[in-house]
Parts: sequence; structure tokens; C-alpha cells
Amino acid sequence: MKHLRQLEHQSVYILREAYKHFDNLAMLWSMGKDSTVLLWLARKAFFGHVPFPLLHIDTSYKIPAMIEYRDRLAREWRLNLVIGQNKEALANGMNHTLGRGVCCTALKTNGLKSLLDEKGYTGVILGVRADEEGTRAKERYFSPRDKNNEWDFRDQPPELWDQFKTTFPPGTHIRIHPLLDWTEINIWEYIKLENIPFMNLYLDRGDGTRYRSLGCAPCTFPIKSSARTVDEIIEELRHTTVAERSGRAQDEGRGMELLRKDGYM
Amino acid sequence: MMTATHKTAATEHLNIVIVGHVDHGKSTLLGRLYADTGSLPEGKLEKVQAICRQQGKEFEYAFLFDAFLEEQEQGITIDTARTFFTWKERYYIIIDAPGHKEFLKNMISGAARAEAALLVIDALDGVKEQSKKHGLLLSMLGIRQVVVVVNKMDLVGYRRDVFDGIEKEYREYLDQLKVRPERVIPVSAKQGDNVASRSERMAWYTGPTALEALELFRKEAARSQQPLRLPVQDIFKFDARRIVAGRVSSGRLRVGDRLVFSPSNKTANIKTIEAFNVEPLPTEAQAGQSIGITLDEQIFIERGEIASRQDDLPCVSTAFRANVFWLGRRPLEQDKKYALRLATREVDCQVAIIHRIVDASDLAHQQGGTFVGRDQVADVTLRARSPLAFDLVHTFETTGRFVIVDEYDIAGGGIITELVHDEQEFLRDEARRRDFAWVKGEVGAEARAQHFGHRSALVLFTGPADASKAFLARKLEMILVAEGRHAYLLEGENLRRGLDADLSQSDTRDTVEMVRRYGEVARLLADTGLIVVSTTNPFGLAHHQVIETIRTLVHPTPVIAVQMSHIKPEAEEPPPGIDLMFAGPEDFDAAARQIVEELKRRGVLAHAIGAKPTFQYSI
Repeated sequence: MKHLRQLEHQSVYILREAYKHFDNLAMLWSMGKDSTVLLWLARKAFFGHVPFPLLHIDTSYKIPAMIEYRDRLAREWRLNLVIGQNKEALANGMNHTLGRGVCCTALKTNGLKSLLDEKGYTGVILGVRADEEGTRAKERYFSPRDKNNEWDFRDQPPELWDQFKTTFPPGTHIRIHPLLDWTEINIWEYIKLENIPFMNLYLDRGDGTRYRSLGCAPCTFPIKSSARTVDEIIEELRHTTVAERSGRAQDEGRGMELLRKDGYM
Repeated sequence: MMTATHKTAATEHLNIVIVGHVDHGKSTLLGRLYADTGSLPEGKLEKVQAICRQQGKEFEYAFLFDAFLEEQEQGITIDTARTFFTWKERYYIIIDAPGHKEFLKNMISGAARAEAALLVIDALDGVKEQSKKHGLLLSMLGIRQVVVVVNKMDLVGYRRDVFDGIEKEYREYLDQLKVRPERVIPVSAKQGDNVASRSERMAWYTGPTALEALELFRKEAARSQQPLRLPVQDIFKFDARRIVAGRVSSGRLRVGDRLVFSPSNKTANIKTIEAFNVEPLPTEAQAGQSIGITLDEQIFIERGEIASRQDDLPCVSTAFRANVFWLGRRPLEQDKKYALRLATREVDCQVAIIHRIVDASDLAHQQGGTFVGRDQVADVTLRARSPLAFDLVHTFETTGRFVIVDEYDIAGGGIITELVHDEQEFLRDEARRRDFAWVKGEVGAEARAQHFGHRSALVLFTGPADASKAFLARKLEMILVAEGRHAYLLEGENLRRGLDADLSQSDTRDTVEMVRRYGEVARLLADTGLIVVSTTNPFGLAHHQVIETIRTLVHPTPVIAVQMSHIKPEAEEPPPGIDLMFAGPEDFDAAARQIVEELKRRGVLAHAIGAKPTFQYSI
């Protein structure tokens, strides 16, 4: 398990750099396996404390079990939970039938943007991983976003020797990605190693399916699987050649490049 | 060929970078490696092939990893991509770096993370500018395991003489950089020769394939056998514990070990190694680990200091010689102010001398001018505004390299090749030896600071004899005491007739000794927790010389140097070594207030009297 400890120590270092350099720092928590591992790593980095708020962008279309899990952990781990929601779009009836890109942009990207604007966060920690999809493979650990939250992937700053971009002009902010080097299998191996509580939506609960990636209920589909334990998930992932996000409708076509350029997670 | 052996559990990670000149086929090699080992997600190959058919262009393996639309349209890689690949119990993170010279900063960002490199050269095109530049940068980035892949052998009819010619030429070039490639492999990534399977078309080659070369890369040995280096990253006080956090960059440590922090020279023993969700707590830690320790004594240390053992200390100086590569849009200019970051330390710096500029194509040296242009490599002397701890890169990698920040961005990096002795070296050594041997009482500096409501400091006034500096110093002492602070006016003249009675002001050797004694007295007073306000005369020496000497001797007590003059200073920013400037006579109350504000800003004064002081420094 040496490789997991190496990943852990690197992520902890990044989290501590973020905490040291950003006065107004927050972490996005979607309750999924990745951002929950990230939350656990924050507790590692700060010795049981989480010294920044956790943001959840609630689209109102999340699977109800996710919300129960969120509130339970927030209570047990004494988390400072901040919930953002694009109420205006929801009041106007926004939903995925209006177009997936449109809905993701309104409820997630814009929900996040307005929360960032309102609270003035200058550093936002996210659990994105490089192996999830192509544009995330090109991210930096510390990745600047301009005044409009846009990502200029053509001109990313250099990053070397654990020296990160921690200074930035007023009005812009930095996205921080401590999990970039982790793979999907590493996440599950670490969940097992540290015994981290996770949602049972990731397991087969008797109907021969499980969720491999979690998002909004209408746009996330379970995969065929009989994995009932973490060990069985790890074994399954070693042999699969199906992409992790194949159950995520937003990835179709050039969906993610366009969404992410515009400020999506 | 597509075996299932890579489906076993991996227990090791290895970061590899693929570099080389643009269009020499790096992304193609990567794509082929994935395709031929069955490592692509289901349907990925078919999906990209379909897109190619749709757009009426020939399929290329490179398209598998060039994620951005623009990259596919232009057929070049713009930014580094991390890809993941498991083969025979090892996880590989393979970093595909762009080869176009426009994107050198992206190539460096990718290569700096790697433990080993594949350097690709086009058999038809031969050794090109970026082939050489990337070779040079790999050596500067400290990547020692290099395999050269001569690609596109199909375009030269798989001829051995072409391969041999390139191998000879490139080995000769790398030799000058002391880089010895472990092997040179003839490959056709497009046709799949010698990538994952041995090529029958090049029977003359008997060495490993590219895939086998990956397996032959060794995991870098942990640096835990080297002497200890622990750069302080932060100091946490979330609960009753005061935890010094940092990542051990080399060596190991155990509970009970005595640590020296440089450059402050503070010492303490490790009381505990703290951890979350670990029972029982660890008793030792080693290189690579991000840890937190508590100390048996409350000492003032800050982020940026380097902990080590007393018998193997890092260098401490304000200057060093380094090889620098510059990536900024604006050139690196001599004498301009930049921020230097080394491990966790950040300090203002400037380039004092540009000795020479290295041309990557032939490694010829040009005489240094006054600036280093974008993508150039140069040999320079850097001078920092205050002393910092560091190592030479050949002894300690992590503490022997640094980056330079221009405005908001990292704009260059460098490796330290030589310590430059500065004038303060002798005194600094004296202060170090004195501090290590200092016999402490039961009341520590933290307890004094809590009791007084402030930390100790030295406010040093300099300037010509009749610039009213004594007047302002007295005013400041009065204001501080009236506010309930503990301040004392140290007058150099009072030392002259007593402590310095055996010295003559007309002998330069004696005046140097006077400054030294003055510094030691100030050091003692600072140790009592006082804010020392001083109007020392310059003992016949230059002001900056006196200030530097005193700073060295009272280090790490904060020194606020205030320069008084007759006329309003022309420069807006104070010269190096000076913190505040006043032109007397002026509003002395306002000037004194400004000094008090500076004391607050530096964390010497707690913001409110009576309230429990909250110092930004901790422990």
C-alpha cells in the first residue's frame, strides 16, 4: 500500500499549501467517492479538523440518499457546510429535458459561480482526477480561473517541484486539485485502507447494478455489476475496459471541454 | 500480445514523461503503447477512428490523448496530459509533454513531476533544437533515468546506419550534460515496431522494446538514507496541540530527536509525531512523508525554516550561484526585484550577476548581459533580501532548487550550484555557535511575549548626526511605554565609555569590535523580551554595514531599520536593508505612529493591549 501513502502525502502537502496561501478557501463536496476521500485527506492534513467550509452545489435533482449521507457526516465530523443553489433557474423550471449542457451550466456552473461571487472565495479545492476524462488530464494542481470563472487551458502557468501558483490578480480565483494523480482504483483502495464511510449506492444492493459515478438522478445511470464490497469493486475495476463516466450523460461529444472551459468543476 | 498480466494489483507508482521535438511522434508512441497493451477504455479507439472518418482525415494514435479540440485540429499537443497505465504490478503515470517550442513551460511542468523520461527523436528529421533543449532541461530538472526512442524508423527503411548515426550524435550531446541514456531504441510507433512487441524488420536490434524499457526503469530510492531536511510548511493550533507541519524532504526523524531550525538557529526536541486516524501515534517518520510534530519547548519558528540535525546543517547565506531556466514572457532582468521560493521559504531576491547564457543547440556559452530571455538557460548569482537556508543541488535535491516568481506567476526555476560567501558569514557562524550553546532559564520567549503583550524587537535609527533621529527615538520609546509596552532606549554612546572603554574609535579594527559588542548587547536585551529602540552612531562605518552586522547578531529578532535624512528621499521604495524612511524635521508623532504600525504589521505587537495577544507567528 506504499503507493497509496505516497499519493496521500502529496495530497496532504497540496491541501496544506492551499490552507497557508488562501485566506478565503473552500472545498467542494459532492458526497461522491472522490470528494469524500478529499474530505478525509483534509482531516489527515489538519489532524482531525477541517478548517474551511465545504460547499455543496445542490441542483435539487440529487439522489435523496446523498443528502441524508451529507447531513449525517456534517454532523458527525463537525463540518461547516455551505449549500448553494440556483433558485432562480429552478423557479423558472430548469431541468435536464431542456438540454443537458444547458441544465448543467445553469444549476451547477452558475450555481457555483454565484456562490463563489457571493462568498468571495479565492481558493476552491476540488476532487477532480486526471484519469476521469481528457480535459482533466491536462489540469494543474493549482489552476487559475479568470474574472468570468473561465479556464484558459491554452496558457496555463508553469508548475514545478511542488511550487504552485498561489498569487493571482484581484477578481480571479484558483481551483486546487489535490487528487489529480489518483486513479479510480486508488480511490477505492484508499477507502478500504482507511475505512472511510461511503454511500452504498456504489454497491450492488441486490438488483445486479451499482453506480460507478454519482451525479443528478436524471442524468446518472447505474452500471451492471455484482460488486457488493469494496474488494469486489476493486477487482471489477482491474478488469473493466469501460470508462468510469460512461454513465454520465454530460460527457457526450465535446460536452466536458465546453463545460469546463466555462467554469464547470 | 494483449495479455492479461497487467490486470494484477499494482503496488508501485512511477511517473514517466515523454519529451522531444514537435512532430517527432510522442503522442503517437503513447497512443500505440496503450492500444497494443489493451489499456484503452472500450470503444475509445473506435470512437476516435469514427471522428477521423467523419472529418475525412487519417486516423492517428496521437488523437487518443490530445483532448482539446484545438489540439486535434492543429495536430499538436498544447498541454501536458497525465495518462494512467498499469503493467506488471506497476502503475505508470505517463506524462505526454508538448514538443512545440511555444509550449516549453508546459513541457517543464510535465517533466518536473517525472522520475524517468522517454526522449523521442524522429529518424528522418534527426536531432533537432527541441531534442537538445529537452535533454538540457531534463538534466536541470534532475531526471537521471533517460531512454532515447528513435521513432519513425519505417520512414528510413529500418536502416541501422541511420539509427547508429543519430545515437552517436545525441549521445555525444548528452555526454556534455553528464546525462547517460540507459538505452537507445529504434521504433516505429505508427507501425508498432519495438513498442510493445519486438520488430522483425529490425532484427539487428536486440535490446529491449519501449514497453520493456518502462519496466526497466527503477523506482527512485527514497531519500531517507540522507541527512535530515524538514522544511517547515505551517504551524497549526487548531486545539491544545501546537503542531509544526511539513514534508520530510530527506532523512528520517524520531520522537526525542533534537532539531535545529535554520536560519533562526532555534533548537528543540521532538515531543510527539501527530497523525489522524493512526493508533498508536507513530514514533518515526521519513523522507516523502507530510507530517506534523510537537516540540518539547515553545520556540518561535516560522514557515520557510529548514529543520535538520546540528551535525549536518544546511547552508545559510543571502547569496548563491545557480543555473536558471527562464520561462517568463518578460525577460529576467538584472537588479529587478523578484520573489524567490525555495522549499517553503519565500524571500525577495534579485539577480546580482549574469555570468553566462547557455545555448541549448551546442551548449556554447555567451557572455552574460543584463537579462535572460524567454526559454534561455543561464548561470547567475542571486542575492536575497534576507538570509535563507538551502543546500547545493548535488547534495540535496529538494532544498537545492527554487523557482522565481515574477508578479503573479512562476516564471523560472533553478538549481543551486555554489554557495556565495557574503560579508556576514563569519558573524553568522559566531551567532550560530552562540545560540546552540545558549543556556536558557525556565521562562521562555513565548511566556515573556504572553506576559508583555508583545514580542521583542529592535528598532534601529540611522542617518546623519543632526537628522533628529535621537529625538524620534525618544518619542517612540515614550509612546510605547505610555501604551503599556516594554521598551528601552539603547544609546551607543553609553556603551563607549563602559563596555568599550578598552577600544579606540580611531582604529577600524576596534570599531568593528564595537559594532559586534553592540549587537551582542542588543541580543541580550531582546532575549529579555524588550522592544529595543536604538540610536546607535555608525562607529565610523557605513550605515548599511552596521545594520547588517546587527541584524546578523540579533537574528532572528525582527529588526526595523529606520533611515532619517535631511531632504525628502527621491526613491519611493526604501533601499535594501531599510524598512522606513523619514525626512526630518517632520511630523514626529506621525512618524512614531508609522513605526508602531510597522511593529504591528510584523507581528511584534498584539493589536490590542489587555486582550490575549494573537501573534501571527506561533510557537
